Amino acid sequence: MSEATANPTGNSADKGTDAAVAVLRPRVAVSERMLRILVPVIALATGIMIWHWAVVANEVPRYILPSPFDAVTALITDWGTLWPALTVTLRITFMALFLALVGGVALAIILVQSRWIELALYPFAVILQVTPMIAVAPLLLIYSPDTQTALLICSFIVAFFPILSNMTQGLKSVDHNLLNLFELYGARSWQTLLFLKIPASMPYFMAGLRIGGGLALIAAVVAEFAAGSAGQGSGLAFRLLESQFRLNLPRLFAALILLCCTGIAIFALTSFVSWLTLHRWHESALKREN
Amino acid sequence: MKRTVAKLSVVPAYSAPSAAEYRRPVVAMQNVTKVFSNGTLALKDMSLEVKSGEFLSLLGPSGCGKSTALRIIAGLGGPSSGSIDWPSSKINSKGLPEGDVGFVFQEPTLMPWSTVFGNVYLPLKLRGVSKSAARDKVMEVLASVGLADFADAYPRELSGGMKMRVSIARAIVTRPKLLLMDEPFAALDEITRQKLNDDVLKLWEQSGLTVIFVTHSVFEASYLSNRIVVMRARPGQVFTDLAIEQPDIRDGAYRTSEAYRAICQTVSDALQGAIQAAAS
Repeated sequence: MSEATANPTGNSADKGTDAAVAVLRPRVAVSERMLRILVPVIALATGIMIWHWAVVANEVPRYILPSPFDAVTALITDWGTLWPALTVTLRITFMALFLALVGGVALAIILVQSRWIELALYPFAVILQVTPMIAVAPLLLIYSPDTQTALLICSFIVAFFPILSNMTQGLKSVDHNLLNLFELYGARSWQTLLFLKIPASMPYFMAGLRIGGGLALIAAVVAEFAAGSAGQGSGLAFRLLESQFRLNLPRLFAALILLCCTGIAIFALTSFVSWLTLHRWHESALKREN
Repeated sequence: MKRTVAKLSVVPAYSAPSAAEYRRPVVAMQNVTKVFSNGTLALKDMSLEVKSGEFLSLLGPSGCGKSTALRIIAGLGGPSSGSIDWPSSKINSKGLPEGDVGFVFQEPTLMPWSTVFGNVYLPLKLRGVSKSAARDKVMEVLASVGLADFADAYPRELSGGMKMRVSIARAIVTRPKLLLMDEPFAALDEITRQKLNDDVLKLWEQSGLTVIFVTHSVFEASYLSNRIVVMRARPGQVFTDLAIEQPDIRDGAYRTSEAYRAICQTVSDALQGAIQAAAS
């Protein structure tokens, strides 16, 4: 890397011992920072206002399109029904994501050990990945001891692949000279894995985690639609269907709001974990310094 | 943290070799031939003995196998035939004198997720030295390359020249007998490069290291070395082996002196000879 590209601050001479390292931060004016928050908030609020106005002005009946206030009211009054359903969906999502993380990382590590293992497992990976998960759901329902397990497996399969493929890619993308360096110092293979390959693949892993986290929730909901669970211990998808059958549109919207918020929370959480891991060193988590 | 003003100070644990150790062979390539898997003959029948305390430059046009020779010495990819002998080192199971060799790549090759300290600590970590036991050693070599204040910085915060210093610090933290440098300053600007040349020279003078320095720059080789091995391409072989008489003090004034110009002329002529030999 040339001096110039290594040093985007434009201070291209060797700084030597006594020079402080100048990290220039972009000076964003306070007003611009305010606007960055205000603009999306105002836009969202406007959207909700238009929704409300459209419902009121056209006197749309509640069983066709409830107003935002109806939805929020339903969220509060039906909390006793929605909250247990949400916990079920959340439990499936996070268990699936956790299993996918453990399984995806472990399998990726096994895959990169040998080209032959990779070639042998490749067709299975492709078959599982390209087959639409929803088409497999009926089969899983037959084999699984209960619906919850089937949902968990569906959600796991979907979240598993982005993590596996990203992690595999990451483990393979290690700087060759660093690999040479480790070889030169007689590093054992567990040392190379632990001190070089795994840290080097963290940016890839984090990308897989963010995708997998979002997909796990989607899969948990879609699988429940397919599996058609009912009664006690059923998730938000069942409450959505139930509300639809009963034309209880406010509750349906309330359930949608809950799902939306859950999705946002998962995205924020995985992004935060990613930032926490990478912000000290990786380009993706750094502000451009010019 | 203590501020060090001196760019390079004497590393105390390093001492210049005794008269008996001096001129003893450190490593010897015996009739080394290297054929790559695509059939390219990179090196043919190359023999080279490097003596203790030498600053040897491998100079040659690109494709002459100088980097390949260096990598073979480091144990990165064995020779197709021939051998590498280490007359005065303990050899591990892979035939390498573990810890006796430091390597500086053309790129700084630092782990971006690790601090300057962590990067320099790495060779010791891989040998099972605990962080607390290694701390003094690591800080000492960091001070010797003028980076004691940057132990907690991440590589991205450093300039190209500073990254290269970290790379050098990492290479000497195990106190190797032999330092291998593969065009380490080729990607740096001229000012930084001259500065690092002086720093490496000082390190070599004070430590008694043996250095093999791969370069394609006549000026760099002429400035640094007391021995220059000019290589030719197709096939990669030693073309000439020049002993260089250097003055006691090499500094900015030396760079413009007649003596230096004469060395450059000799080396340049030898390089031209090597290029013509490969072309004919």
